[in-house]
Amino acid sequence: MLPILLLFSAFLLLRGHYHPGGGFVGGLVASIAFVLHSFAYGTDNTMKLLWYKPLTLIPIGLIIASAAMFAPVLFGLPVMTGLWFDQPIPVIGMIGSALFFDLGVYLVVIGVVLTILFTISLYTH
Amino acid sequence: MLSIVLSGLIISCLLVPFGKFFRSKWSLSLAVLPLALFTYFAGQIPYISKGNTIIESYQWVPSLSINFDFSLNGLSLLFSLLITGIGSIIFIYASSYLKGHIYQDRFLGYSCLFMSAMLGVVLSDNILLLFVFWELTSISSFFLIGFNNDNSESRKSAITALSITGLGGFFLLAGLILMSQVAGTYSIGKLVESSQLIIDHQYYPIIIALVFIGAFTKSAQFPFHFWLPGAMKAPTPVSAYLHSATMVKAGIFLLARFTPVLGGTDAWSWTLMIVGGFTMIYAAFHSLFRTDLKGVLAYSTISALGILTFLIGMGSEEALIAACTFIVVHALYKATLFLVTGIIDHETGTRDLTQLSGLRAVLAPVFIAGLLAALSSAGLPLSIGFIGKDLIYEATLHADPTMSMYLTAAAIVTNICLVAAGFMAGIRPFTGKLNPAYEKVHLPHATMWVPPLILAVLGFILGFFPGILGKYVVSAVLNGMTGMPAAVDLKIWHGFNLVLMLSIGTLAAGAFLYFLNKPNTGSLKILERFNRLSPQAVFGNISGLFVSFSERYTNLFHNGFLRSYLFKIIVFAEILLLYELLIGGPIYIDYDQLSPVTFYEAVNVFILIGALIMTVTTSSRLTAVVGTSVIGYAICLMFVFYSAPDLAITQFTIDTLTVVLFVFVLFNLPSFLNFSSNNKATVVRDAFVAISFGAILSIIAIKVLQVPTTIDISDYYGKYAYELGKGKNVVNVILVDFRGFDTMFEIVVLSIAALGVYSLLKLRLKSSEKE
Repeated sequence: MLPILLLFSAFLLLRGHYHPGGGFVGGLVASIAFVLHSFAYGTDNTMKLLWYKPLTLIPIGLIIASAAMFAPVLFGLPVMTGLWFDQPIPVIGMIGSALFFDLGVYLVVIGVVLTILFTISLYTH
Repeated sequence: MLSIVLSGLIISCLLVPFGKFFRSKWSLSLAVLPLALFTYFAGQIPYISKGNTIIESYQWVPSLSINFDFSLNGLSLLFSLLITGIGSIIFIYASSYLKGHIYQDRFLGYSCLFMSAMLGVVLSDNILLLFVFWELTSISSFFLIGFNNDNSESRKSAITALSITGLGGFFLLAGLILMSQVAGTYSIGKLVESSQLIIDHQYYPIIIALVFIGAFTKSAQFPFHFWLPGAMKAPTPVSAYLHSATMVKAGIFLLARFTPVLGGTDAWSWTLMIVGGFTMIYAAFHSLFRTDLKGVLAYSTISALGILTFLIGMGSEEALIAACTFIVVHALYKATLFLVTGIIDHETGTRDLTQLSGLRAVLAPVFIAGLLAALSSAGLPLSIGFIGKDLIYEATLHADPTMSMYLTAAAIVTNICLVAAGFMAGIRPFTGKLNPAYEKVHLPHATMWVPPLILAVLGFILGFFPGILGKYVVSAVLNGMTGMPAAVDLKIWHGFNLVLMLSIGTLAAGAFLYFLNKPNTGSLKILERFNRLSPQAVFGNISGLFVSFSERYTNLFHNGFLRSYLFKIIVFAEILLLYELLIGGPIYIDYDQLSPVTFYEAVNVFILIGALIMTVTTSSRLTAVVGTSVIGYAICLMFVFYSAPDLAITQFTIDTLTVVLFVFVLFNLPSFLNFSSNNKATVVRDAFVAISFGAILSIIAIKVLQVPTTIDISDYYGKYAYELGKGKNVVNVILVDFRGFDTMFEIVVLSIAALGVYSLLKLRLKSSEKE
């Protein structure tokens, strides 16, 4: 189930701009995917599956989101101005700084939820 | 001048990384700083003594008019010389006194900080800046007093000192701000010009009352004096630097600085004379009974500060000259005596006067220093103390004829006691037969006994040639205080007049008293019986009340039970909201505007109600959690019905995850906690609070419908979401684009929450591992 759910979460992330979805929901669905896996196989196995500890996902996500916020400054524009590539990519649509911001949000949400849940399950027995 | 003031601060910061370096034999190198500053200020003497003032100004917070305004006039120069000069001596002394102490670098750091702060107080022209540095001196003094932080008495004294001087600082701030409001300026120079305006204003009594409290707390006047003897718990260099020569003089400085602004009126003069006069006699009397060397010195310092307050209160030109000279006199001999006491303490291990005797055999140079200082304090001719005493008597004799007799009598009594006290501290430990316990005592390192000797000899040099002091320093100070050019001519021999008789008489009587008075613990105990009435006891009671009040408050409101916090918050919110609703007017429901209820919605609501009943009535926690999540899903369905799909999916996933979280946590809760379904009264109370809260919120929701809404914002977002944000999903575009900053902070908050959970649980695990 895990790969499908992860794919679904990525799908939700990318369609956020045009249809219901977005970074928050994508992250939550991905977390559910991992949590389901941990129900079936135990938290330790799930942790092995993740390359990084969930705790490290948080700063990575924050950095990506901040980079998306401050990238326009490199071009001399005010902070958080939207930067977009000119041509839309098939299936995904327009790519711009908002997408990276959403990606950052996605990673942070996964990190936060998994940290909280796995910490409680690992450290309280 | 900014760099001068801040240099101490910066160097004290340097001590953090380089602490080890300064704990070694290189600790002496730090004395370079005050020495350098002293030479700078000494170099300014010729210019300032002609009556000029150096002013410098830098912007800091222009909108609040707090700027780094510095002005160096005679008064500031005198104090700066004292601060840096005695500072150099103390740094040299402390490098040996604290040798090997693990916190020696911290001590030097705090001392640098203090020197910086004190220089800031005396040099600043802006009254708010003065206040900032004033508080900094209190804070650095706190650290220095509590330096022996494993001793609970030290800690207590430090807190007492900080609270009293801090309280005084608070009142001082109020007084300063009031003064600036009346005069319309924060600069002391300009305040001098508006002096008459302030004096005539109706707030004048309040202003001087507030400023007095500030000065009296810092300079240990009665009834705020009791923190000073407690501060003697600090190491001796601290006592010598802060609590005799500089910090306690800050209050005196304040009074002197503001004499041209606030002085001259009856209220000013009489208050200062009464408070100063009472303090000086009271403290001098007390100093005779002390058995601890530092106790004697502490009380005689309080008395000297009383004398200074008294003289400033008198306000005549002679009184002011006497005050300026006495500042120098007192600093010199008191610092020497403290340093001598420190050496005695360091070498013999005790400061008890009943046990110390005959030390002149083993600590000869120290004896000379102590003797010279004691003689200076007594006012032996040819010492600077003699000049000081003479000036005091001159001032009191030439005061208002009706008062001069009483004033002179007060001065005489005080001085007699102070002579005896000075002898007790400086001479007694050295006279008599050597106590066999101290035969092994040897002379300490040169950096410890040379400094007091320097100060003591300086006292006599200036006594031989008082003209130097008079011409260069005192004239400038007087000029700074009165604003008029002054030429002060200090001479040793004024002729065979009443003043000379009084001086000699005081000396004789004091010496007689000294031989008569043998300090013993018996008389001290008699005095201590009055402790219950003392200001110290009052202060102790008040602070005890504070502590017990805060204990009770904390136990009542912060009892550690989550449910009680929740209860209190909700009840408080209810009361506020109910009040607003009641005065807000009646509710009006327009039934035509409500959308029709469909079949699906009705079924949904029934499911919700069913889940609700199950949650509230069940006795199994797991069932309650599941019930809550069903309620959550039902609300999600409502969102779907009303076409808010983003909200719905998010709510849905969060609900699921919350159930998982609850289940994880449930397995770890202690099993003996039952639901409160056993206790009927609690159930009723909780039900009442919950139902009323829900009802209030529903009423608010209905009321919101009554208010006409503007939908301009939604139109804006709807129109521009595609054009500017390139997205058709308005909600998401708002989240990541229009309101992106909000989202950014939200994820930061989420991260903090996750970090909190992680660290709390990990720490708990670590501490249990230790056990």
